[in-house]
Amino acid sequence: MSGVAREGATIGFTFDGTRYLARPGETLAAALLANGVRLVGRSFKYHRPRGILTAGVEEPNALVTVGRGGRTEPNTRATDLFVYEGLEARSQNRWPGLAFDLGAVFGLASKALPAGFYYKTFFGHARTWLKYEAVIRRAAGLGPAPTEADPDHFSQRALFADVAVIGGGRAGLLAAREALRAGKRVVLIEQDAVLGGGLLRDPREIDGQGSAGWIATVEAELRSGGARILTRTTATGHWDDNMLCLAQKLVEPGQVPGHGFAQRMWHLRAGEVVYATGLIERPIPFANNDRPGVMLSRAVRTYIRRFGVVPGRRVVVATTNDDAYETARALRDAGAEVVAVLDTRPAPAGADSGFAVLNDSVPQAAKGGRRGVKGLSAVIAGAEQHFAADLIAVSGGFSPAVHLHSQAGGALDWDEGARAYKAGAARQAARTVGSAGDPPASGAFRPVGNAKASFLDFQNDVTLADIDLAWREGYRSVEHVKRYTTLGMATDQGKTSNLPALEALAHAGGMTVPEAGITTFRPPYTPVTMGAMAGAAQGEHAVPTRRPALYAVHAAKDPIWLNAGYWKRPRAYPRGSETLAQAGLREARSVRQLVGLTDVSTLAKFEVNGPDAARFLERICATTVAKLAIGRGRYTIMLREDGLVFDDGTVWRLGENRYLLTSSTSGASRMATHISYVRNHLMPEAKVSVICVQEHYAAIAVAGPKSVAVMEQLTGEAPPRHMSASQPTIAGVPVHLLAASFSGERAFEVHFDARHAAAVWQAIDDAVAAAGGCAYGLEAMELLRIEKGHLVIGPDIDGRLSADDLGMGRMLNPAGGYIGHSTLHRPAFAEPGRKQLVGLESVNGDSIPEGAMLVPHLGARAEGHVTGAVRRVLGPGHIALAHLADGRARHGQEIYARSLTRGHTTRVRVVAPHFYDPAGERYRD
Amino acid sequence: MLTIACPHCGPRAQAEFVYERTVDSVVPLDAEPAEAVAALFTRANPRGEDDEIWRHTHGCGGWLVMRRHRVTHAISAIRAIGPETLP
Amino acid sequence: MGRYSALSLLRGAFNGQSHWRPAWRHPDPKPAYDVVIIGGGGHGLATAYYLATRHGIRNVAVLEKGYIGGGNTGRNTTIVRSNYRQEPLSRMYETSLKLWQTLSDELNYNVMFSPRGALFLGHSDADMIRLAEKGDAMRNQGIDAELLSVDQLRKIEPLLDFSRDARFPIEGGMIQWRGGTARHDAVAWGFARGADAAGVNIIQRCEVTGIVREGNRAVAVETTRGRIAAGTIAICVAGHSGHVAAMAGLKLPVESQTLQAMVTEGVKPMVQTVVMSQSLHCYINQSDKGGIVFGGDPDNWPSYAQRGQPMTLEGAVAQGLALMPSLSRLRMLRCWAGVTDMSFDGAPIIGPTPVDGLWLNGGWCYGGFKATPGSGWLFADSLAHGRPHEIVEPFSLHRFERGAPVDENGVGPMPNHR
Repeated sequence: MSGVAREGATIGFTFDGTRYLARPGETLAAALLANGVRLVGRSFKYHRPRGILTAGVEEPNALVTVGRGGRTEPNTRATDLFVYEGLEARSQNRWPGLAFDLGAVFGLASKALPAGFYYKTFFGHARTWLKYEAVIRRAAGLGPAPTEADPDHFSQRALFADVAVIGGGRAGLLAAREALRAGKRVVLIEQDAVLGGGLLRDPREIDGQGSAGWIATVEAELRSGGARILTRTTATGHWDDNMLCLAQKLVEPGQVPGHGFAQRMWHLRAGEVVYATGLIERPIPFANNDRPGVMLSRAVRTYIRRFGVVPGRRVVVATTNDDAYETARALRDAGAEVVAVLDTRPAPAGADSGFAVLNDSVPQAAKGGRRGVKGLSAVIAGAEQHFAADLIAVSGGFSPAVHLHSQAGGALDWDEGARAYKAGAARQAARTVGSAGDPPASGAFRPVGNAKASFLDFQNDVTLADIDLAWREGYRSVEHVKRYTTLGMATDQGKTSNLPALEALAHAGGMTVPEAGITTFRPPYTPVTMGAMAGAAQGEHAVPTRRPALYAVHAAKDPIWLNAGYWKRPRAYPRGSETLAQAGLREARSVRQLVGLTDVSTLAKFEVNGPDAARFLERICATTVAKLAIGRGRYTIMLREDGLVFDDGTVWRLGENRYLLTSSTSGASRMATHISYVRNHLMPEAKVSVICVQEHYAAIAVAGPKSVAVMEQLTGEAPPRHMSASQPTIAGVPVHLLAASFSGERAFEVHFDARHAAAVWQAIDDAVAAAGGCAYGLEAMELLRIEKGHLVIGPDIDGRLSADDLGMGRMLNPAGGYIGHSTLHRPAFAEPGRKQLVGLESVNGDSIPEGAMLVPHLGARAEGHVTGAVRRVLGPGHIALAHLADGRARHGQEIYARSLTRGHTTRVRVVAPHFYDPAGERYRD
Repeated sequence: MLTIACPHCGPRAQAEFVYERTVDSVVPLDAEPAEAVAALFTRANPRGEDDEIWRHTHGCGGWLVMRRHRVTHAISAIRAIGPETLP
Repeated sequence: MGRYSALSLLRGAFNGQSHWRPAWRHPDPKPAYDVVIIGGGGHGLATAYYLATRHGIRNVAVLEKGYIGGGNTGRNTTIVRSNYRQEPLSRMYETSLKLWQTLSDELNYNVMFSPRGALFLGHSDADMIRLAEKGDAMRNQGIDAELLSVDQLRKIEPLLDFSRDARFPIEGGMIQWRGGTARHDAVAWGFARGADAAGVNIIQRCEVTGIVREGNRAVAVETTRGRIAAGTIAICVAGHSGHVAAMAGLKLPVESQTLQAMVTEGVKPMVQTVVMSQSLHCYINQSDKGGIVFGGDPDNWPSYAQRGQPMTLEGAVAQGLALMPSLSRLRMLRCWAGVTDMSFDGAPIIGPTPVDGLWLNGGWCYGGFKATPGSGWLFADSLAHGRPHEIVEPFSLHRFERGAPVDENGVGPMPNHR
């Protein structure tokens, strides 16, 4: 046990392996200060020793890594982390240790490493930079990279409010109470663990009560009135239409949650947003102003009054404003010695404060090293003076936290008195209350310290000299300065550094601060974990999983599954030790020789009814539909408006004005949208109803020479001939029996109410098995359909080919009128060199690599590629479908299918894309 | 994120809606070839207001036409479209 | 212009870095130029640089309404690659990649192009075939591509989720080792410095408000800093292509949409390559400062606002965590949005317009950054010779009315389906 014994300190935690005690409700920063720990971290670029600068979320220095394993959270602000029993905090960006850090060598070289130095050196070929970069990457970064999966859960919830109040200080509590009393639904958001805001630092009497009592009274009224109070919750982003993202810590970073959830992201929509976001104090630039022991004035006060921790015994207060005098009083009340108050303003500022005030005083340089400051020199009315001190409390003025207001499109107005931007006109229904709308006055001053050691952005080590250099080098837009120097791009997002940097830029350019411009505020206000952003959409829930109605039936057979889009579909049903290829081939042969059944439920299906059904379908389908007799069906293709084929399927006339349209699984949602668009926008007057029945109907295909017998046995009637339909029952379930084939064998699709999926499958499966057949999966289907020359959406119909390219030009409805017809006239559709669908046969019997390029001779430019390749199901040899430039005119040519990535080249013969029963004789009974 | 007042459902989160296309990209069924190509392959794309076709895809599935500003995102008019909106 | 080198930095250590001169001047516009380039992003500046240094055309102005590099040049995920399936695209992007490899030396400005490998993951056999097809198409043209087994991937990116029951099981990958990332701002600044040194006028805070036509010829631009006459006017304004072209009375095959990206707080190295996926829409790489840079789906609705909606980012993060679960506790530090000019086949539009003297370089969708040097090189050559360079011929404006799209994904003309 190390550190300082304190009454009430009961919570054990470690910092860099040393064990300390904290009091309940203390931040890690408060607890470290209480235990005499001043050196907490190392800076990003120069590895300078750093302590604790602030007492809030704006902290740039005191970053630690907390937690273990998958709960490791690097770059956690010690000032925004409430100590819990067992907290393990580790300092970052140092090696071998925090006190002795070899990386500090970068600090010694800092004179040669000004802003943007890396743009000016490390030249050579990109491969050379790669070597330098490897070293730089290891030195950069802050905390260690987590290497394990997160064991905790994250949740997301939606929330609605009439009034959302952001900030639980005095102004926020008042605004929330007022809204509640006006009958509004109120949400109050506070990033701290408790309400009170500035009242926790500066207690005072309100409505005749002490601060604590008043806060408790208001909180009780809010809670009893139904207001939702979210503490430890940060409004990280204010988006369009008053939508806010709220990141809530359900436990502290690295802490093991009691109920599984570590953090929650709220999506809040508010009628009105009230910003009670308060102020952020600015540091003062002077040499070594980044040393441990230099602390913002209000932070000093917060540690004394809220946490009972006095961060120094001999203190110099340096200020540009009246507020820091309150810090001097707090220090004096706590028994510390206030050596002097250095006020940049001329007399009589501070004259009646009772302290030793030195006016016209600008801090010049802090003395002391990594163990903390030893004193401060200042230029006072032109003369240099030195003060011994172990703490320097600084206040360079206050900037309203306008981040959310600006994110939401609100204007920013320059306040000359406060030397800060405050909220101007809001673009959304939002207003600013409290100190954020009324920042206190601050004196203007010119920094006098060595510019190269006067830090603005503490974490990224950006100094006054860097701003000056950027200006001299022509980086004059504030955005250029920011990007060139990296100012404001560290994890604190420049909360303390932006305004001092704008002052420096204005000085460099001889401009006013408003003329210097301002950088954009973007979400998030404070960094938010990716776990919270993803919410529950993690692991297997990262995207939806769609299971067809027959999923459980397949699962019982323990198939090899295939992820097909969101769908889970059986790829093959291996027996014994069969491989995928072996099982697929066995299943395919069963279809060729006997019979098989397969689940085709994922097909897109549309019921189209009404007097205009045929007219409607002749817009969607590029083939004729109206000529179909009742009970007949046909293959059809669909064109996009640009005239290219984007889907195919079958269309069936089930009754006088009743049709069933099927299309591809992969294009299902696209087709549903397309059909709905045509119906609602292009044909609203049509008397037609279109219903997507993709999941309402389960569908089973039965294919093979024995399929007729199987269906006859199952239905008790003669099954329909090829491309005809009937409506028998199977296992007592009424079905649409559609005689269509994808495999090239005589086959049927059975479509029926998906609630009966298992029963119908069982009946068919039994009948198929009795006929010697088996179930087949997508692997067998692929073997069968390629051999037959049937196409799939994606590889074969890839959205780049016309009907003519696919050899389907003669299928197009000669009357036109279909979607896509009016763009088919464009000249490129008829030019030579277009890719056309062809078949390929392996010349020497080798397999043909799928996706391989087609070249007329080795070394030639590709003229096409293999879209799908298989071995023949029964006979020997390998075949493929392909896209080949002018392919139809090249039947008989021998070319090469060449895959350089797989080292596989084979000679192929260009043929027609039908390798099996081209005349369709197997469809005849 | 926008709140979009679905003419059928009332105000809903933008995440429930899918933008489909602009009104000026609609190709009428009886379009002449030149007209179809112009509609399909050029857009006014103004840095101001335009008429857009959205669908309440993850809601009622209904279609709507909205007039929306491309910089402020403000929606100044919104109406349903489809058979049920015909006189 | 002082030359940049390690020695000059060392010299600065002894003179307080006082010897540096402006990287580019801040001139007032002249009344007329041979070429006026509208847009001071990477593409416009690169075009000016190559016009001046390769074609001797130095009387050139680059007009930028804000600050150079302030648009999409600084609002992307900094990825550089040429792994495209369609030959016109891979040829064009490969032209660019070759320039990237020596760009730092060419410009004497370290753009930190880091060929750490552009990796596509495959999550199924079908994915692996499509990756092999893309790789075979690239290798056919002499572009590097390598298929990787799961074991090879484990060595390169050990933090990926290789478990068999992962929602997106990893079956392998395809890597282009010459791909990688670059420092986006440096690209704009480096080209600006080089162009300025070659005599080009870079004029910031100068917004074009009109294009002046005489008959069918564009002869000048109206700007917030007065009228500027030009022999040739070249539009390089990315997401604002439609807006600027409309000043000349043109309607383009372009729709402006939003693309968001984000970066986390910096951590020590954990992602070595640029990780992408054949089935998922997320792009992950780690910057030199240690931040994990994340890109995902575009917002898919028209906007000029440079702001999207948060669910889009959350969706990208969810997909990224599915691939690399240990990213969960890293924190998003900053997000941003660019205005992309989505063309109607996903490919850029480069070439003359129906208005004489007015050229267009736009329609880059979300693939503009990696093209920066190549786009500048090819566009400058086209402008200098008054005809499209052979490599950009397929990207003509009139390809749409001809029916000859260059559609990498085969999804057709609606940009939000891309």
